[in-house]
Amino acid sequence: MSMFKVFEIAGSAVSAQSQRLNTIASNLANADSVAGPGGEPYRARHVVFAAHAIGEATAGVQVTGIVTDQTPGRRVHDPKHPMADKDGYVTSSNVNVVEEMVNMISASRAYQTNVELMNTAKALLLKTLTLGS
Amino acid sequence: MLDKLDGVLRFHGEALKLRARRQELLAANLANADTPHYKAVDFKFADALRMATADARPAPAALARTHAAHASGRAPAGSGTAVLYRTPSQPSVDGNTVDADVERAHFADNTVRYEAALRFLNHQLKMLLAASQG
Repeated sequence: MSMFKVFEIAGSAVSAQSQRLNTIASNLANADSVAGPGGEPYRARHVVFAAHAIGEATAGVQVTGIVTDQTPGRRVHDPKHPMADKDGYVTSSNVNVVEEMVNMISASRAYQTNVELMNTAKALLLKTLTLGS
Repeated sequence: MLDKLDGVLRFHGEALKLRARRQELLAANLANADTPHYKAVDFKFADALRMATADARPAPAALARTHAAHASGRAPAGSGTAVLYRTPSQPSVDGNTVDADVERAHFADNTVRYEAALRFLNHQLKMLLAASQG
């Protein structure tokens, strides 16, 4: 029965989107941190989605990797700050909060959609089970 | 006797199978709504159903072909169930052609039609049961 594949497909998407939400949470939590581990400022992380085949012509989603954003961090002139460099600049993370919020909304909508897909498929399969009764 | 039973149930059975298949394709489209370079897919349900139920019906009269280059007048085999790419109305920069709203509408539509096919099939089963029980 091919309808069972809907669970596999939507399930992979739900897991990928939750991974995306995780990185967004990490980015937002560190939006204001000036130094991460190793003294370097935190760098935003982004998930990379790719389609992976489940059955013929259908594809689920998988996270093929997490890339670190290479844009330079924000520099603020604050000589009194303990992390300030010799010119008095503090480098904080390169997280773009607005971008992350937009990403978060997109991820949560996608998550909801996929949960709905599974619910619909479940309802249809349960109805199919009662066929002939 | 049994082949007649099969003939009665065949149409809606095939329709149900194709609806399930389409449901799967639409779910894949929605799952990949944020995947770069993913192309939305679908198939023509009417053609696929015609293909699936074709051998149960007598073949339509064929056109006379007096030259090898003449078209046969019939769709090439397998064209009905071919999975086709959707033409995007608003292509996005990352190469993804999924329009989530369109896909969701198709998904809802397909759900209702699946249930309809299921109900037709159920009804036919009940009818056969009533006939056999008298």
